[in-house]
Amino acid sequence: MTTGAATARQPSVFDIVDESDLIRVRKVLRSEAESVRLNLVDATKLITAGSELARNILYYATGHRGRISVEQVCRQGRRGVRATFADDGPGIADIAAALTDGFSTRGSLGLGLPGARRLVDDMTLTSAAGSGTTVVIVKWQR
Amino acid sequence: MTDDVVAVMKIGDTLLVALQGDLDDTTVIQIEEQLTREVARTGASGMLIDVSRLSVVDSFIARVLARIVAMVRLLGAQAAVVGIQPAVAITLVELGVQMGHLDTALNAEQGLALLERLRRNDTGTDRP
Repeated sequence: MTTGAATARQPSVFDIVDESDLIRVRKVLRSEAESVRLNLVDATKLITAGSELARNILYYATGHRGRISVEQVCRQGRRGVRATFADDGPGIADIAAALTDGFSTRGSLGLGLPGARRLVDDMTLTSAAGSGTTVVIVKWQR
Repeated sequence: MTDDVVAVMKIGDTLLVALQGDLDDTTVIQIEEQLTREVARTGASGMLIDVSRLSVVDSFIARVLARIVAMVRLLGAQAAVVGIQPAVAITLVELGVQMGHLDTALNAEQGLALLERLRRNDTGTDRP
């Protein structure tokens, strides 16, 4: 298990439905990053990755909506932040392509998924055409 | 009536804009529109965009910043992005956002000197 065990603290769960939620996602991630004492660079990377993934939901998911869950995790004495982004959208038919720099079905830069993956320690993407997409990212304290 | 979302200072013929807070995409687009409008309206020859108070710059914000600089150039002025936070710079590079073609400086003071150099070059040969 690479994503670690959740700690006792309650996860923050909310819907991502419009642009104001981009800011909410960044705020929650910042607060959790500070709480587990990620350094500034790691916190910035986590928040930026979250911002990219939340925007993906607003752009690609059916109804332009999805959910985020953020929680603190612990593995071998190290603390971290885990964020789960889920939607019931069209899913990703070709996950390998979606994780390639510059791939976009929408005329964007195509950096969202591959870029987010580079910014975190673990990223797991689960998806299939027609069955939604779930992306889990984890950032560990150093 | 136009909606101004950021305060723009004019010093000589240079516009200085300091972005701050947590920016959603709509606000970023409004800033883009306002800044291009201001350059056209004031006939400024340069613009400094200070991002030192932005703690997060994701790929969307970065892309619009690059677009603003390009538009300002099209209007015959020079623009530079100043004050990118070190953590933001590291994050942008790992994210894969290409900002190498942007003129950047460490702070507003160095940005003013950079604009001065760019203006001098401008009167000579065209920029590539």
